[in-house]
Amino acid sequence: MTKPSYVYVTYIETTAARVWRAITDPEVTGTYWMGPNASVPAHVNVSDWKPGSQWEHQRVDETKAVDIAGTVIESTPPKRLVISWARPAELADTSKHSRVTFDIEPIGDALVKLTVTHEGLEKDEKMLAGISSGWPMVLSNLKSLLERGKALPRVKLETAGPVKG
Amino acid sequence: MRAAAPPCGPRLTCKYLLAYYRDTVKGDLDKVFKALADPTRRRLLDQLHRDNGQTLTALCQHMDMTRQAVTQHLQLLTDANLVAVVWQGREKLHYLNPVPLYEIQDRWINKFERGRLAALRNLKRTLEGDHHDKT
Repeated sequence: MTKPSYVYVTYIETTAARVWRAITDPEVTGTYWMGPNASVPAHVNVSDWKPGSQWEHQRVDETKAVDIAGTVIESTPPKRLVISWARPAELADTSKHSRVTFDIEPIGDALVKLTVTHEGLEKDEKMLAGISSGWPMVLSNLKSLLERGKALPRVKLETAGPVKG
Repeated sequence: MRAAAPPCGPRLTCKYLLAYYRDTVKGDLDKVFKALADPTRRRLLDQLHRDNGQTLTALCQHMDMTRQAVTQHLQLLTDANLVAVVWQGREKLHYLNPVPLYEIQDRWINKFERGRLAALRNLKRTLEGDHHDKT
């Protein structure tokens, strides 16, 4: 077992059921799942979320293009969701898939710890760069949506992605 | 660090964990700014940015200080949720968690007109450009 490439944690004043819904229900996802570059439209995650089913990361525009897809590996609402993560063109080649785990852990009765773990990205520099700027933005937006009822305003950045140091 | 005992009552003690997380772990921006206000802790974050998911032993190799001091700095970063800890077998791995930095960006940068900041940065670049090209 290799170590995870990335681990992201956010604490949200909400319930586990609402976090689960925000990840899996396209109606909610489309309101906050933005990339760091405002020229990329919002995305929704579409699946029946049963183990073995396919899931698709679709654009919310007229193209409904699928940018990422994969298989639902484990689905335990509202606690844990494990999915494989691949470019649609590489869906058949599981050696190129990475793996994302959402752990939703209630703390007390009003706070939820959401941990997103992304494993198996070491060999894929381009995907690595994309997700390392994408996940923090998505999670920060999700927190804002569930706590304040709205996602952060989209700001047109001059350059996409993080500044390389 | 022990706070004064709260007024007695079972309800208060029940909520201790939640109160603790609210005050310390849950992305409280005071904690984030305090954690960032120290060069050693910023260096630790840089180390994790370079190579994410390191053990304490690996991190200590880059730091000119005792293991105990590094542990304390890491604890502060963890309390501020800038570092996430994952156990893998018997190894405790430390990950850079940039989510609170995006909250700062939202609260303190996006709010204050990014356009003007960009103009200032461009001006600074233009004025300092020659100097930087030579060095």
